[in-house]
This record gives sequence, structure tokens and C-alpha cells, in this order.
Amino acid sequence: MTNPSDAPIGPRTDVVTIAGVSKVFDAGAGQTRALETIDLAIAPGEFVSLIGPSGCGKSTLLRLIGDLTEPSAGSVTVNGKPARQARLDRDYGIVFQAPVLFDWRSVEANVALPLEIKGVSGTERDRRVQEMLGLVELRDFAGHYPYQLSGGMQQRVSIARALALQPSILLMDEPFGALDEMTRERMNAEVQRIWQQTGTTVVFVTHSIPEAVFLSSRVVVMSPRPGRIVRVIDVDLPRPRTDDTRETERYFALITEVRETLRGRRDDDPLSKGRVASMPRTLAEGSVG
Amino acid sequence: MILALAFFIALLVLWEGAKALGGDPWRFGDPAVGNEIVYTPPFQWQIASDLSLPHVWRIWEALAAPVQRQQEQSLAAFLVGAALYTGREAALGFFVGGFVGLGLAAVFVHSRLAERAFMPYVVASQTIPILALAPLIAFAFGNGVVGIVIVASYLTFFPVTIAQLRGLTSPDPRALELMRSCAASRWTIFWKLRMPASLPYLFAALKIAATASIVGAIVGEGNPGGSQFGLGRSILNFNEQYGSAPEKLWAAVLASSLLGIAFFLIVRTAEVFALRNRPGSVAA
Repeated sequence: MTNPSDAPIGPRTDVVTIAGVSKVFDAGAGQTRALETIDLAIAPGEFVSLIGPSGCGKSTLLRLIGDLTEPSAGSVTVNGKPARQARLDRDYGIVFQAPVLFDWRSVEANVALPLEIKGVSGTERDRRVQEMLGLVELRDFAGHYPYQLSGGMQQRVSIARALALQPSILLMDEPFGALDEMTRERMNAEVQRIWQQTGTTVVFVTHSIPEAVFLSSRVVVMSPRPGRIVRVIDVDLPRPRTDDTRETERYFALITEVRETLRGRRDDDPLSKGRVASMPRTLAEGSVG
Repeated sequence: MILALAFFIALLVLWEGAKALGGDPWRFGDPAVGNEIVYTPPFQWQIASDLSLPHVWRIWEALAAPVQRQQEQSLAAFLVGAALYTGREAALGFFVGGFVGLGLAAVFVHSRLAERAFMPYVVASQTIPILALAPLIAFAFGNGVVGIVIVASYLTFFPVTIAQLRGLTSPDPRALELMRSCAASRWTIFWKLRMPASLPYLFAALKIAATASIVGAIVGEGNPGGSQFGLGRSILNFNEQYGSAPEKLWAAVLASSLLGIAFFLIVRTAEVFALRNRPGSVAA
């Protein structure tokens, strides 16, 4: 299908444009500033990861892109239109940390759900469902029910469901956070393959630095609350990335770079100054979340 | 099922055991022929007397005997007819109450305002004793099926409303977000997510409603403006005859509980079928 590009963005072709976005939550008496003046543009076919400590607002940013919550200030433009309109046009596919499958529907029927909602008819629907199940290699499980599948398989079903409408942008909110490390690495390889096959743009929220580096064209590193973009790191590892990629020096160097940025030790970054002391201890230890 | 049967037998043993310890003298045979055997229990308890607890075989015999002197129909046949009559009213009440409950829950889940305005009255409705309400309903709707069905549905809509509202709000917030991301309408979200998700809750309520509908129909029949037929009327009639034939009332009680069990099992079967692909959501 299409060739995904790790190329830098061009101003006209952006799939997502986030301009001066802030988000404030009213929490009883006080207000919580979740995000502060975020600017970010994402080009078609890019794979962008959002990484940062817990509570940095990365999930909120993802939800803002998907119009599941509204910004307090600024604007989110998707495919040249407001996020709300993009949602109504069904430009999104979404995958959560939990598979959120409907347990009364078979695998097939779960994948068919978005097509049903859109009103895609019988044969066309069946064809698309089969195609999606082929994409996640679950054709043999079409008639199974969610409880009969492992966690990893359930998550693949939810990816197939998210892709059923061939969305121009796929939002993934810590999709593999609940999986064990081995399954997670396998799923990462699979997501890369699916992304390359479909050419869809992916915004991917994660806690895991290796995961972010392995998958992404760019890693967006965020600061603790109020969430800001500390730095955007280009990942120039060649595609397709494999298990061997995980053992290259460049891979380790990039992981170190992301980790150091998360620690806030970049002297050339004005945002990080004076922030080191306020970082949670877990960050100083080098693990996130 | 086997356990339930074993428990029933244990109950019969307990019943007769109480009578063996503190009941009236047991008499077998015929004094006229002279072969009568009398066993006198060691104690005398009012609760175990033949009037309070007739022997189970007396109830059994009464079922086979004519319902009244000069009538051919046996008590068993009479009670089956009464149970079918009451069962029909209860079933109507079950469906009317069930649909009212479903409708109220559907409105409440979409309108916090409606829920806050009407829910207190839904709850208050159940604090009025049905015994006080049944004659009023019978007075308003006459001696007929309509009034009785209303009493039965009055008892059934409540558990359905409460449980169904809980069921409709049970979906994972992310499932709702998923539907939103597909630009699903409220209508679509209701039918494709909320309703299917509510089924385990609905069936829990329907099992309560199944038995409550029979209580409602019996109370509806039994009140002064009620019905000429059915188990409720039979229970009142046999109550008047209790001094001479206590086993008839017990037989009517047995028929009522069997009808309740039948209703329960029908709902239970529907539940097992409807939730067959959802292990863990079917409760006993």
C-alpha cells in the first residue's frame, strides 16, 4: 500500500495541527492545569509517540486530538477541519489500554461494529472484516468470543476494530501497558507491520522508552504537570525495525537520549531548567510512570 | 436441581418429624373395622397440630379428592385451572411492568433531570402497602383482569427500573468513548452498547419480577373487588374452610409456589440462553 514516511513535516500536509492548546480541569475547589500551550504538527503517515511521567497529560493530549475532551484554549485541527468535525467524519480509530471488546459479540462482530455504525452494508462489511482480521492474523478466530482469547489477541482484535473504517489517524492510548514484556515486543513488531501496510498516521501514548523508540518516527517528550512538550526527538533508525534493531548502538543511544530528556538534564533546553528538583524520584531512577 | 429435590425431601422429613414429636395422635386404619393403629407423640405443640400442619399425605389425598362435595373435578385439576388463570394475569403484569421499567430506565439514563424528578416517586411507590392499593385499583378499573394486571405490574416495574438503570450505566466509559469516536448516535449507543451491556442486570431483576408478578396477581385477585377465579380467590375460599379442611389451603399454597417456580425457571432459561456467550455474567 502506501509508503509511510519518517520524513519531517510539511506545513500544508499536516494530519494533526495542535496550536496553543491548554487544558485546565476543574477539580472541586481548585483547578488542575493538565496541559500548557502545546504546539505540535503531525504529518501523514508519521508514527508519533507521546511519552512522559504519569499525570503529564499525554493521554489528555491524545483525547484532545480525538475530540473526546475539549481544549480550554487553543485549537486542534485534524485533516484541515476542527477535531469535532473529524470525529463526526469518522477520521479516527482508537485503541485503549484495555481492549474494551463487547463481550456479547464474537471477534468478527466486534470488528464489524464501526462498520455497522457507519452503515456499511452486508458483503462490503464482511469483506472489510475479513481483511482486518487478516491484517491482525486472527482469521481463524473470527467466530470466537472475547473470553476465549488471550490478552494480546484481544488487543489485536481492538486494533482490527480501530482500523475497520480505514481511519486517517489511529490513536493508541498505552495499548500494550497491560501486557507482559515478551508479548509487548511481539505486539510492537506487529503494530509496525500494520502501520507500514496501512500507511495510517499513528499517535501513540506510552510509558515505555524502548517501545517509543522502537516504533516511532518522532518521540514527543513531555514534562510533569502542567504538561508541556520538553523536546521532540527524531528517531532515524532504518525500517523495518526488527529484534536486531533492539541491539544496535543507535537504538541504545536514542533510548539514552529520551531518558536524559525525561530526567530534564538537557542544559540547552530552557524549559527543563529548575525542573530537575521537582521531578518525581522514579524519574531520577530512569524508569517512567 | 438434584440438590433442590433433596432439600424438598428433607423439608418433608422435617415436617413429619415435627408432627411425630409434638403433633396430634397419628391414626391409621379404620376404627369401625377395628384395625385402627394410634400413635401418640410425646409432646403437644400447637404448631405441629393437624390444623396447623396437616400430614403431607392428607394434602396429597385432598389433591385427588373432589374440590367440593357433589363435584367431579378434583382439587388438583381445579388448582391447575386456577394457576393457569393466575399465571396469565401474572404474565401480563410481568410484561407490562417489565416494559414500564425498561422505559423508565431508558428515560432516566438519558436525562439526569428526569431521573432526579421521578426517581423519588418510583421509590415512594413501593412504600405504599399493596394491600391498601389493590382495592383502590380494583375500584377504579372494575372486577377484571385489567385491575389485577395493574397490581401485578405495580410490583414488577420497580426491580426492573432500578436494575435496568444500573445496567444501562454499566458500560466501561472507554466503551462509550469508542462509540463516540465512531460518531455513534445516542440511539445507536443505546441499542448496540447500553442494552446488551444491561442484560445481566435486567435478568437479575426479571427473576425478582417473575415471582413478584405472581404475588401481585394473587393479591389482586384476593382483594374484595378482585376476581371470582384464580389462586388468590381459592386461597381466600380455602382460608374460610381451614377449620374443616386445612389441607386444601396448603394445596393452594403449594400450587402458588409451583407457579412461582415455573415462572422463575422460564426467566432463568431465557437468561442462560441470552447470556450464553458471557461466562461469569450468569448468576444462579
